[in-house]
Amino acid sequence: MDFLTIVQILDSTVRLATPLLLACLAGLWSERAGIFDIGLEGKMLAAAFFSAAIAFTTGSVWLGLFAGIVASVFLSGLHGVASITFRGNQLISGVAINFLAAGLTVVIAQTWFQQGGRTPQLATESRFGNIVLPGAETRIRDIAQQGPLGQVYSELISGHSILVYVALLMVPLTWFLLYRTRFGLRLRAVGENPAAVDTAGVSVVGLRYAAVVICGVLCGLAGAYLATALNAGFVKDMSAGRGFIALAALIFAKWRPWYALSACLLFGLFDAIGNRYQNIQLGEFIVPVQFMQALPYILVVIVLAGLVGKAIPPRAGGEPYVKER
Amino acid sequence: MDKMPKWADVVLIPLISVVLALVVSGLVVAIIGESPWRAMEIMVRGAFGSAYGWGYTLYYATNFIFTGLAVAVAFHARLFNIGGEGQAALGGLGVAIILLGVAWPHWTIALLAAVLFSAAFGAVWAAVPAYLQAKRGSHIVITTIMFNYIASALMVYLLVNVFRVEGSMSPESATFAEAVHLPNAASFAGFLGFRGSTPLNFSFFLALLACVFVWLLIWRTRLGYEIRAFGHSDSAAVYAGINPTKIIMITMIISGALAGMMAINVVMGEAERLVLDFVEGAGFVGIAVALMGRSHPVGVILAALLFGALYQGGAELQFEMPAISREMVVVIQALVILFTGALDNMVRMPMQAFFLSLRRRREAGARTPAE
Repeated sequence: MDFLTIVQILDSTVRLATPLLLACLAGLWSERAGIFDIGLEGKMLAAAFFSAAIAFTTGSVWLGLFAGIVASVFLSGLHGVASITFRGNQLISGVAINFLAAGLTVVIAQTWFQQGGRTPQLATESRFGNIVLPGAETRIRDIAQQGPLGQVYSELISGHSILVYVALLMVPLTWFLLYRTRFGLRLRAVGENPAAVDTAGVSVVGLRYAAVVICGVLCGLAGAYLATALNAGFVKDMSAGRGFIALAALIFAKWRPWYALSACLLFGLFDAIGNRYQNIQLGEFIVPVQFMQALPYILVVIVLAGLVGKAIPPRAGGEPYVKER
Repeated sequence: MDKMPKWADVVLIPLISVVLALVVSGLVVAIIGESPWRAMEIMVRGAFGSAYGWGYTLYYATNFIFTGLAVAVAFHARLFNIGGEGQAALGGLGVAIILLGVAWPHWTIALLAAVLFSAAFGAVWAAVPAYLQAKRGSHIVITTIMFNYIASALMVYLLVNVFRVEGSMSPESATFAEAVHLPNAASFAGFLGFRGSTPLNFSFFLALLACVFVWLLIWRTRLGYEIRAFGHSDSAAVYAGINPTKIIMITMIISGALAGMMAINVVMGEAERLVLDFVEGAGFVGIAVALMGRSHPVGVILAALLFGALYQGGAELQFEMPAISREMVVVIQALVILFTGALDNMVRMPMQAFFLSLRRRREAGARTPAE
């Protein structure tokens, strides 16, 4: 394996980790405020469909992105109404949202485009193109001519869509907002001890709704990235369990932003390796591709089993807050 | 003091929730530009209008009774088993192993073996998350979801590398021997008009038997009492001398076994071989069925029948109204889960207020003449 191959694998790691990272941070915001969200998958899927559909009909990928975010925030709001206002079961609400998105996207796609539940292929100008940083090469033949540093710069750092850079920026932003602002402190407190926040005269309901909306926006970005940057259009069930891998990464990262980045990059790497090599030969053993696909899930079970550190969720997670009377 | 009469809690609220879900589904159909009434008529006719329709409706219902009971039993201990999908897949693996591995002389003995193996495989797949919940405190919802994905990867691997017939491209096992084919509805209820091609088979009775078993277990045994006590309050249950580890393990093992037995209907009764993705979301439908049926076997049967009809009617709907995709059924399923599960309080709160005001008025009315 030469150096360029490694760089290429890392490059596709970044691409594949981006939707995971955005969804993972979305889950982080929601769960830090005490709202469990297993509906990340559904929100991503809805955003993927609406961003592709609107980008196709209007020709503008930015309008598509906006539509995707609106769809995702709508589902977030539904989750909020069910789990904050009506104090319903947050897990059941998440399950419902996943199915709602899985069903509605195909039903609407069939009505709008009559292509068996998918959107038409997006043209290059209605997708997010790759940004070429100054001085970077774009053609693989030119990149191969460069030295190692140039290869890393041209292949790995340059040439991603804007959403990749946005996702990476979201990590320090999330960290800063959660740990260095008053809003973040209150939001984390709501996830640990809502009664204390309430006693301090801050609205628990307001903070939790704010968290779900932020979660919706981030999931919207993740979905739009899937349909308009990573792929060219929407196909049925295209999120393909990424929402759950993001959830897995969130637990793996123990609900912390920087760890979330490394967890998502790790799971992205598995995905990239699995895509590139079908079966991996390790000495005598052949590691089947299915094992690589299942690896994130297996790792999470191991982490949850407490074999590698202990993952402690926000204490008030999953509990609806009932004001004392 | 109860805020509402019992019948309102058991019948009225689920009924209102389902009607709400159907009304919203109707709105979706109307927005698409088709008539909701015609769509409903096609679905009802497709599901119940002929022996052919009934055959499919009851066949799907059989699946959903098993997975619905699986979720319901876990709900009684306040455990949320989302892993029905993976447990059923493993159940299918058990069925295939025992039916391909042994030359059974007759389907009756083979059925017993299949029950044992599907239940055991499903139970094992549920036991690991249960153990992690009981001993290590890891959240069972997350672990069962993870186990669904691990099961799906495992099944792909096994079907492609182990079970696939030599020279065949499709990832499916060899067909089971003629002797172990379960009798289908044409052979035991042919007088009702079922044809030889109907998927409805003997497993339907097995599903009904499972309902009786769950009813006896939950409401007529000491174990069932302990499960319910644990579900109401785990701290009170511990105080009463109930061992939480034991309850979590046993409940999830029973739950997984029930989900696993769903494979008998599909793998042994219908496909007669192990195929990829044979569960087809039935594990998830079980969630909707258990929520709608209020975790009671009778409710589960009724809800399973409704979902069986939706699945069969949905297939007809797609045929007659090409504008409506088959996924409309998934939308209805989602709305049922949303309204009967997550938005339960939206219906419950106004109903409680209504019954309270009714009672106050009655009490006030009873008092006035005496004054």
